[in-house]
Amino acid sequence: MSEFLQQLLNGLSLGAIYALIALGYTMVYGVLRFINFAHSDVFMVGAIIGYYTGHHLPPGTVGSGLVVLAAAMAGCALLGIVIERFAYRPLRNAPTLNVLITAIGVSLLLEYTFQNQHVFGAAPQLFPPVFPVKNFQLGGLSISSNQLIVIGVAALLMVALEFIVHRTKIGTAMRAVSLNPKAAQLVGVNIDVVISFTFGLGSALAGAGGILYALNYPSVEPLMGVVPGLKAFIAAILGGIGNIPGAALGGLILGTVETFVSGSQWSTYKDAIAFAILIVILLFRPAGILGKFTVEKV
Amino acid sequence: MPKPHLALLAALLLAFGISHFSGLIDPYYLDVLTGIGINVILAVSLNLVNGYTGQFSLGHAGFMSVGAYLAAAVSVFLGPTLLGPGGGTAFQQNALFLGALLTGGLSAAVAGLLVGVPSLRLKGDYLALVTLGFGEIIRVIFQNVEKLGGALGLNGIPAYTSIFWVLVFVALSVFVVTCLVHSTYGRGFLATHDDEIAAEAVGLNTTRYKIVAFVIGAFFAGIAGGLYGHFKMTITPSGFDFTKSIEIVVMVILGGMGNTLGVILAAILLTLLPEVLRSVAEYRMILYSFLLIVLMLARPQGLFNFKRRKAKP
Repeated sequence: MSEFLQQLLNGLSLGAIYALIALGYTMVYGVLRFINFAHSDVFMVGAIIGYYTGHHLPPGTVGSGLVVLAAAMAGCALLGIVIERFAYRPLRNAPTLNVLITAIGVSLLLEYTFQNQHVFGAAPQLFPPVFPVKNFQLGGLSISSNQLIVIGVAALLMVALEFIVHRTKIGTAMRAVSLNPKAAQLVGVNIDVVISFTFGLGSALAGAGGILYALNYPSVEPLMGVVPGLKAFIAAILGGIGNIPGAALGGLILGTVETFVSGSQWSTYKDAIAFAILIVILLFRPAGILGKFTVEKV
Repeated sequence: MPKPHLALLAALLLAFGISHFSGLIDPYYLDVLTGIGINVILAVSLNLVNGYTGQFSLGHAGFMSVGAYLAAAVSVFLGPTLLGPGGGTAFQQNALFLGALLTGGLSAAVAGLLVGVPSLRLKGDYLALVTLGFGEIIRVIFQNVEKLGGALGLNGIPAYTSIFWVLVFVALSVFVVTCLVHSTYGRGFLATHDDEIAAEAVGLNTTRYKIVAFVIGAFFAGIAGGLYGHFKMTITPSGFDFTKSIEIVVMVILGGMGNTLGVILAAILLTLLPEVLRSVAEYRMILYSFLLIVLMLARPQGLFNFKRRKAKP
């Protein structure tokens, strides 16, 4: 029983990170109807920003941890806005396929630029322990402070996001663009600003996800985003793409399932499980768990 | 005889001629030529799916790996018993190789059918993701099959791939794809690409067209995989990952989707480029990805596509 609870806890802290990344995918899909393939690399850039800023700060204090988190979120938000402005905005009315290919191009550009030895290099680097580390024993459970930080920060950010989307003016505009971009423009919503803001917000969450991921798996390298990014994307589809609570739910489910699989005898198939879930969900309920099914009109 | 058939015959004769004089060619150039040929097969077959039929697949390397592994399995595990202790004559070896290639191609086609039937109900981004997912699943499966070397890969594959077989299958793949899309039946592929709803409205079974394109594409990817395995003599599951699929997709996009000649030129260009750019190899992939973005922004119809198709509204 205590092993079950331990795995559940590990799964939830992994799932919280997936949920943070999945939120970025889902928000961009909500306003632009396309998959931002480069999102997983924004996550990687977040971890790398944390790696560089973390080395200039005193290790193991809450203050420097928060500074690192803020720096990564700000840097990623800026990166997201720049990517949208220069790569996606010129293609706003192009066929989906062209945008998808561009997104793959941006993703590869980020990965290979950081792999270059003059930039970061392909070798994994150790992420500095910016937050204080402690282990708590509770019953038979072993809880690390990093897991608590991950779950706490993720929950806080999700509540903040919920507040922005439902209680602020820009959030209302985001929901309007997501429902119908043309009608939103007609009632005076500046669609460019909304889209930039959405990219900034989603990328900031990915940056936070990058730091939290690096705290638990302290190895930073330019391809570290690929696998978590794909899984977070699957989480977004699982919950219903374009649906914000769905992304959080999908992330938690996927993280938990994956942790249980890797603790079982099937652990070598860990990476295939996520894709199997994706395929099953797309075949039987393409709209996801919380998504609404829409009929295509000619 | 109709023109494409004559061209095929000429190409086969040329293949025979070149292989006859291959002893006179520098082995380095032969290797480069073999690499080009394998990439042309991959790009032309993916072009049938991505270009002509308009179904964006990101799992081509997965089918290539199925072909590579199954073909290698035939010549590594069945070869010694079939050829006997002496290793067999050149003719026997080539016959075995042809059998191995066809086994690889057919099993890749079966894999294509198994992947295609469920996933081709999806469109655009979703289809791209599901094919990517299947590609990764295939890779994870090969990583876990100990008999085929597991994550370390399969070694000691006999070097059966000769320039003759490469050129023969290049000619065959180009011939099959060209004839198919220019036939009365094949117009359905283009119709599916141009407007799926309209194509269905005039009575075409678009799902069937997509599956046919997918299966034929997978078959030639499997053949290319078989050639690749018997050329490199060792294959690992990680050699057929997502990046390999992207590389093939870039060839198709660069050549202009649905333009066989352009795709062949792009495959040649992108195989030669790393050879020429060996001194600046670390910047190669940066250049690739940058090229992809610029191309989509400035010339979405591809580099070698001079015939402008009517733009979609």
